Amino acid sequence: MSSSASIQPDDGLRDVKLAHVPFPITRLALWIFTLAVALGFAYIVAINPNFGWPVVAQYLFDPTVMQGLWVTLGLTVVAMIIGVVLGLILAIARMSNDRLASYLASLFIWFFRGTPLLVQLIFWYNMSTLFPRISIGIASWDTNDLITPLTAAIVGLALNEAAYMAEIIRGGLLSVDKGQAETAEAFGMNRARALWRIIIPQAMKSIVPPTGNQLISMIKATSLVSVIAMADLLYSVQSIYNRTFEIIPMLLVAVLWYLFITSILNVGQGAIERYYNRGDRGSMPADRTKENATPMVGAAHEHV
Amino acid sequence: MSMSETSLVRARNVHKAFGPLEVLKGIDLDVAPGEVVVILGPSGSGKSTFLRCINHLEAIDQGFIEVDGEQIGYRLRDDRLIKLSNRDIAVQRSKIGMVFQQFNLYPHMTALQNVIEAPIGVHGQNRNEAVRYAKELLNRVGLAEKMDAYPRQLSGGQQQRVAIARALAIRPRLMLFDEPTSALDPELVGEVLATMRDLAKEGLTMIVVTHEIGFAKEAADRVVFMDGGVVVEEGPPAAVLTNPSHPRTRSFLSRFI
Repeated sequence: MSSSASIQPDDGLRDVKLAHVPFPITRLALWIFTLAVALGFAYIVAINPNFGWPVVAQYLFDPTVMQGLWVTLGLTVVAMIIGVVLGLILAIARMSNDRLASYLASLFIWFFRGTPLLVQLIFWYNMSTLFPRISIGIASWDTNDLITPLTAAIVGLALNEAAYMAEIIRGGLLSVDKGQAETAEAFGMNRARALWRIIIPQAMKSIVPPTGNQLISMIKATSLVSVIAMADLLYSVQSIYNRTFEIIPMLLVAVLWYLFITSILNVGQGAIERYYNRGDRGSMPADRTKENATPMVGAAHEHV
Repeated sequence: MSMSETSLVRARNVHKAFGPLEVLKGIDLDVAPGEVVVILGPSGSGKSTFLRCINHLEAIDQGFIEVDGEQIGYRLRDDRLIKLSNRDIAVQRSKIGMVFQQFNLYPHMTALQNVIEAPIGVHGQNRNEAVRYAKELLNRVGLAEKMDAYPRQLSGGQQQRVAIARALAIRPRLMLFDEPTSALDPELVGEVLATMRDLAKEGLTMIVVTHEIGFAKEAADRVVFMDGGVVVEEGPPAAVLTNPSHPRTRSFLSRFI
């Protein structure tokens, strides 16, 4: 059979396999320029005595700072865990067919998202002026025994976080294909099991990234508790510079620690996202995809 | 089985409306144990809705549906009909297997995990036994070597066969197929139909909503033709498909020749 493809004299040179890539001289120049500017800036900052780097080094691992760091981390972890659990309950309540549950959840979210966290913390801290005693049934406590700076900080941060997490989790649950809930239902799963085994694992893909955001916000939001005399990271460096007047170096100590924690969290978030994407094509370990590729051909023909 | 109740499925005067739209206008249907019933009909005739009513994915407005002697969604107590709790309905559903048009495999689980989920989680089977039976079923649908694959790594036909294995894993009394081949590329339809033909031969009670006239002809014990929310005609495939008595059946079938 004669081919319709015509032949030109330089066709042999046109095969893209033989192509050369021109040296990217402008890209290289840009890289060098950017690097030079960055290094220059770093040098200026490093030799500027006003930054007080020796003081930063001296106080970076100071026991007071370390204690503040642990308070910040502890508050973040506890408030975040309570916030996520409560947020999940609120999200489910808000999506439920039960009007009462749905309205109550909406009311909670409306209030705690609608008022500043700082104001909420001060309210919790001053709860005793509103309710001097708290009683449940016959049990009764002095409010000041219950609401210490620590509990006020945890309650304030956690309830505020729960309101935001509720909306994030609700969005994630809504992102899962409706057919999944229906399938679970058709197989006789109860609602709790369907949520736990089928819906939530799939919702995690869209819940994790904004939750990472929330966690990073939370670490910084804990610095607000310094107003109710909780000795967190910011409070501890403040207490030092109130004595030594080395404001900038001490704030740099806090900044370095905040950056360090958020960097670690970014790495952790990446790992969690990879885990919840495991059912996606292309995110599989290479060896497993390969091992499955061969039998696929055979299996497809078996029943034809 | 008692003499008076030879039917596995009994539907009487089933009505269902979505708002002002009346989808089912009085369906009566009996399915005997081991029988394969294929429901044919144009889109919008109510056949998928009827199938979904059988396991109470949709609640019916009038009439009743019984599966294996139990009324779906309700219980007769002292001559009063009481609505069942979600928990009791879940128990009724756990005897009915369902295969969906869009497969609806759980995408975050491997084929094997998909198959063992309900046996372990709903039926309380022990894990080893569930895994053993799941492997046997995956082997039966020709996918033994795919058990560690995630749904997205499988072709549509393979996914649907896993979905069939998943439905079989609960040892159902009744299998419902909701247009199981409609979402498949034409070259993949054959493998799914072949699997379903095998099940029909093994004596599984099946209700199949489909557009595959060929499958109805070969595998059905009875064909039910629905249009406009009513059963227009039913009978053995040879009669209904080759010599339909109703003009609407004739005009529907003429489109496939």
